[in-house]
Amino acid sequence: METPLTQHISINRPSLNLKDYVSVGGYQAVHRAITMAPQEITKMVQDSNLKGRGGAGFNTGMKWSFVPMNDAAQTKYLIANADEMEPGTFKDRLLLEGNPHQLIEGMIVSAYAIQANISYVFLRWAYNKAARLIRYAIDEAYAAGYLGKNILGTGFNLEMHLHTGIGRYMCGEETALLNALEGKRATPRTKPPFPQVSGLFGKPTIVNNVETLCNIPHIINKGADWFKSLSPGADAGTKLYGISGKVNKPGLWELPMGTTMRQLIEEHAGGMKNGFKFRGALPGGASTDFLVEEHLDIKMDYKSVAAAGSRLGTGTMIILDDHTCPVGFVHNLEHFFAQESCGWCTPCREGLPWTEKILLSIENGEGRPEDLELLEMHTKYMGPGNTFCALAPGAMEPLQSGLKYFREDFEKHINEKKCPWR
Amino acid sequence: MLSAEEIMKIDHEIALVPVRKAACIEALKIVQDHRGWISDESLEAIATHMDMSAEELESVATFYNLIFRKPVGRNIILLCDSISCYVMGYEKIYEHLEARLHIKFGETTPDARFTLLPNPCLGACDHAPVLMINDDLYKNLTNDKLDEILKEYK
Repeated sequence: METPLTQHISINRPSLNLKDYVSVGGYQAVHRAITMAPQEITKMVQDSNLKGRGGAGFNTGMKWSFVPMNDAAQTKYLIANADEMEPGTFKDRLLLEGNPHQLIEGMIVSAYAIQANISYVFLRWAYNKAARLIRYAIDEAYAAGYLGKNILGTGFNLEMHLHTGIGRYMCGEETALLNALEGKRATPRTKPPFPQVSGLFGKPTIVNNVETLCNIPHIINKGADWFKSLSPGADAGTKLYGISGKVNKPGLWELPMGTTMRQLIEEHAGGMKNGFKFRGALPGGASTDFLVEEHLDIKMDYKSVAAAGSRLGTGTMIILDDHTCPVGFVHNLEHFFAQESCGWCTPCREGLPWTEKILLSIENGEGRPEDLELLEMHTKYMGPGNTFCALAPGAMEPLQSGLKYFREDFEKHINEKKCPWR
Repeated sequence: MLSAEEIMKIDHEIALVPVRKAACIEALKIVQDHRGWISDESLEAIATHMDMSAEELESVATFYNLIFRKPVGRNIILLCDSISCYVMGYEKIYEHLEARLHIKFGETTPDARFTLLPNPCLGACDHAPVLMINDDLYKNLTNDKLDEILKEYK
């Protein structure tokens, strides 16, 4: 089984420096890419069916193809979204700390494909080890001529900067991220215009997730068909899957896209801890719908998880066990979303704290029977299309599916006027 | 008043961006690094240097979780209160911290040794519960482990 993303990552030794990275074939994709036309690279990435690993799952090459390519003199930007902050998600940290040159190489090739001359790594403040390593790796790449002016004698120029954020979930939303980079509050922007046309400082901009960008060098080196062959299912490539919660071995694994939830939990995470029973899981971070026992054999790819009524999201799963109160679990999620709402649009700013308060009162045994209808109403009012960005609709996903799959537990809280788990 | 060193660092950031005020978040970080927090006086001095109104800079400063507009202690404890740490029992860690330090979330010990803050997911969920003290991440926390860790911070 091939593990292109993590093959050179080991927790037992420091990440590869430039010399070692080159000795295992690193930066070959840059040498190859500069012999190709930019559009050829975009086409290749599009054909590979690489989909955005940040959660949205949009075809990466297609995203790039919307960048206007007719004005060679125009400033364009490429940004690596390394603001990993989706609760329960810890996958990009491994790539950032484990092999920073792989990300930088992916960014150089991607920037060349859209002919961007300025790039940023937008990194979460908490990942300070990654910050040190990336800063060092960027310096090495400049010294070796992979960054800067006239890269490898091609006339292509690329500057790369590291920006460390100062904490706000909203910064992960790509247009809010652009506002943060411009020194503003990280509120989302109206789309259209899409960032591909008018992004950072009004210039064409591509924002891609770290895991997405780390796949690029391998696609360039080995081709679109190879990338598709890595997955047995409809979606291409490998995926970093993670599990947290009451399992024997919580962790992170690079596996073929489409590995089932049961395989992940039983084979890789060593099953549930003794005395704990699986009740459900959020398959890809806090903003995804619960999946339950009947879904254990579905493939964890974009299409299959969507068909089961949820989203693959970030592919890092949080498990709900039978010793954890589902109402408390959902309340914790809605507390997070209410706190992180940027306040820009009314349904989200007012609606999320309301759901949080209702859930807290149910958890404390003060819920009323009509509260469940009230919560359901909120899942509709804050559903897709009613808010400015995807934060509130994402927040409603675990709530609506929690009400569906764990309704008896909600009702028990209300009828018994207490939390049965306390 | 900004110090010469602060101005030098801020101007370095300004040179990297096409619009002066795009560097205002960096400026806030730089001054906070030097002074521990952003007082009204600091905010006004930065705003003047950035050609922004104090109100505009305040709107930015108060948006982000880790710009402190109130004084904080010498060491900042950021306890993850998000979902994986909830499942793995962060509430017990919080109770222990409360009992040991006699402060709640958002408070600072009277000797200014610690400020305790809740923090969204720290991205180490396979080792929950976790917290950070200043720049250091601590994983798989237990109360005993926490007692040992706290001793390291004076």
